[in-house]
Amino acid sequence: MIKQLSWKVGGQQGEGIDSAGEILSTALNRQGYHLYAYRHFSSRIKGGHSNTKLRMSTDPIGSIADDLDILVAFDQETIDLNAHELIKNGVILADEKFDPTLPEGITAHLLAVPFTKIAEEVGMAQMKNMVAVGASTALLGLPLAAFREVIEGRFLKKGQKVVDKNMEAIERGRDYVKELTIDDLPDFELAVSDGQKRLYMIGNDAIAFGAVAAGARLMAAYPITPSSEIMEYLIRKLPEFGGTVVQTEDELAAITMTIGANYGGVRALTASAGPGLSLMTEAIGLAGMTETPCVIVDTQRGGPSTGLPTKQEQSDVLSMLYSTHGEIPKIVIAPSSAEECFYDTIEAFNMAEKYQCPVIILTDLAVSLGKQTVDPLSYDRVQIDRGKLLPFDADLPQLGDSELFPRYELTEDGISRRTLPGTKNGIHHVTGVEHSETGRPSESAENRINMMDKRLGKLSQDIGYTNPVAVDAPHEEADLLVIGFNSTKGTIAEARERLELDGLKVNQAHVRQLMPFPTDLLAEQMKNAKKVLVVENNATGQLTSLIKMNVGMAEKIEFYGKYDGNPFYPAEITNACKELLVHGNI
Amino acid sequence: MATFKDFRNKVKPNWCPGCGDFSVLAAMQRAFANVGLEPEEVAIVSGIGCSGRISGYVNAYGLHGVHGRALPIAQGLKLANRDLTVVASGGDGDGFAIGMGHTVHAIRRNVDVTYVVMDNQIYGLTKGQTSPRSAQGFQTKSTPQGSIEQAISPLELALSLNAGFVAQSFSSDLKQLTHVIEEGLKHKGFSLINVYSPCVTYNKINTYEWFKQNIVNLDTLEGYDNANRAQAMQTLMEHDGLVTGILYQNKERPPYEAMIKGFKEEGLAKQDLNISEEQFDRLMAEFA
Repeated sequence: MIKQLSWKVGGQQGEGIDSAGEILSTALNRQGYHLYAYRHFSSRIKGGHSNTKLRMSTDPIGSIADDLDILVAFDQETIDLNAHELIKNGVILADEKFDPTLPEGITAHLLAVPFTKIAEEVGMAQMKNMVAVGASTALLGLPLAAFREVIEGRFLKKGQKVVDKNMEAIERGRDYVKELTIDDLPDFELAVSDGQKRLYMIGNDAIAFGAVAAGARLMAAYPITPSSEIMEYLIRKLPEFGGTVVQTEDELAAITMTIGANYGGVRALTASAGPGLSLMTEAIGLAGMTETPCVIVDTQRGGPSTGLPTKQEQSDVLSMLYSTHGEIPKIVIAPSSAEECFYDTIEAFNMAEKYQCPVIILTDLAVSLGKQTVDPLSYDRVQIDRGKLLPFDADLPQLGDSELFPRYELTEDGISRRTLPGTKNGIHHVTGVEHSETGRPSESAENRINMMDKRLGKLSQDIGYTNPVAVDAPHEEADLLVIGFNSTKGTIAEARERLELDGLKVNQAHVRQLMPFPTDLLAEQMKNAKKVLVVENNATGQLTSLIKMNVGMAEKIEFYGKYDGNPFYPAEITNACKELLVHGNI
Repeated sequence: MATFKDFRNKVKPNWCPGCGDFSVLAAMQRAFANVGLEPEEVAIVSGIGCSGRISGYVNAYGLHGVHGRALPIAQGLKLANRDLTVVASGGDGDGFAIGMGHTVHAIRRNVDVTYVVMDNQIYGLTKGQTSPRSAQGFQTKSTPQGSIEQAISPLELALSLNAGFVAQSFSSDLKQLTHVIEEGLKHKGFSLINVYSPCVTYNKINTYEWFKQNIVNLDTLEGYDNANRAQAMQTLMEHDGLVTGILYQNKERPPYEAMIKGFKEEGLAKQDLNISEEQFDRLMAEFA
């Protein structure tokens, strides 16, 4: 019995690889295992190598594994590209049809299983992925019953016969492998899980569900990888709540329509990735200048330009913080898991209305598309706060001739009451031109200073956002503090566990609030560490620069970057930390 | 009931004396009153340029946004609150150069927004450069040898996209201009109203006088049927686009809002944001 295992399925895109991963992982989730999945795919529809790497565990996990125990291969390319990840006596389950061979130097067991042949015998060649799931089950020791409900959920609408055929394919795949005699096969049987009910979701789904729960009823967006799942979810769900999604002609329309809708009083959002966000920057400035709330999701992928559209990177940070011309109040938050994506989205809508400014939810591809188990979400934690928004039926004093409502009234906290179009006696002007308290254009120096101070003064380091820096610091005096953001949280945590075993004292601070920058919270952690390592999926160390700029202590900060399109492995971070502690540099 | 005076404010427009935009402002204020609107029921979303300032000169809700994006802002606003009357407005540069992509898609989408373009065939606020509405050969600061690009024909374009309401008017004809805007406001769906609004400072070719000599009022064309798209297209071509009046209207085409599944008559912004625990649990169960 083992506590955790790493499994990968690969083949040509469009071959059913995703659904093989889906079915196995859904079954495992319902059995109470913790899961973390990462998809490797290409920017094309059919063809091209694609794989899903799934880690299963009896304990919570937040990272892909360094190595691989079981590889399911639908073609030789999958073996050639991935076999090096296998542990010494790992297993390759490969379709007998393509005459699989073991690459030189690989010591894993190669089991040729007639995936296609069995599927054809059961009735349909496409079901070869189900045979492969069954074959995997034989090694993992999962009961067949774990799959029935999952298969029914997926195929019952196509008829009982389709369900039965799929179950038969799984069963026959399992039986085939069970009957093989393999020497020196490691124990892959999973230990019993805690059996708890959990959710299994990608970050994008969590953001979209969070948006519904937060009361968002309109989305305007243009499809782009890796953000499209957000709009796809809302296209399915918003009609039920009276809302809708508009697929716009471009991202310029997406952001401006979102601003228009928020100005009208609906909680609206847009989502995109780097290229789309680049187009949106001018309009984000409009939202900042006109103090119009709006929520924008940036799902980071490999840049620049079209870059690596389906690959992991964290290189939009500085652009999200600073790309709009001029100076506006803006909030940028960075959830690090699917669960955080859900709650943070609700907070994002609340903060957008409370502070009347744009809020960017920054994710990375691994957070947005990586699928992971999440504890059941709490309805009670869904709280809606609309700040100083006045209701449509607000009883406002009658406006005199040519008088306007003071929408941009100077107040102590810089935040003014907001009336919505349609409200009697609430008429005011809104413009991206510098304006007075009623919104009318004004170029007076005094007004300019007042308005700039008002807008920029709305935000401070403490904006009330939950856990601006997620700290795990067991050591009062640490050898090392590791800082990251977005998807690397679990990977860093796993590296720390290994370093602790080597007797090293390592603390962790994960930055969740990037703007306003949580300088004080970070400084507090940094001063307790001899060295600081900032781990980022980019080439130039963008968070590193921000920390040096805001916190200082540059002499003890080192940057560890990765920009090959792949997420970090725990071993890479472990090694980087050791290098730094032993040699003083990396 | 509000009169056109209720839609006035005391802000002095920063337009040049004699600018065609003054008439568009007056016609808009009259049209709002004539169709029975109250100031708080109207929102004007405008672009950037001389004409873009119009949203600040009407006593109504107004948003003066970024260059070329009046239409998506206006559509977002209308979808947020169907109870509002939403007007988008701007110049020919805003609508047919930087914002052309949105114009085309606003026509396709057909959200109930009335779009009034103040077309002066030149860039005024940047002091006299060519516009996509400038005729070939038109000399400006940016085309000292005369424009070598062809002008856009917005009405032909709108007809080709099967727009539901296509009209054109002229700043000198306040009565027709008011009427056309009124009909645009009443039309359910997107309406495009192009207004020849002469720039007295930088356009010395397309002057009031020039228009008076060249435009043809559709009312004077015998047997003109504005429900006939083919006839509308032919008429435009015959007159090089220089016609005024309601060129085409399709009263059957439903607006975008009416076609959205589950979209309520009451403005979205007025609906409850909260979802019930039962709905929450059902959504969550899909991820189990």
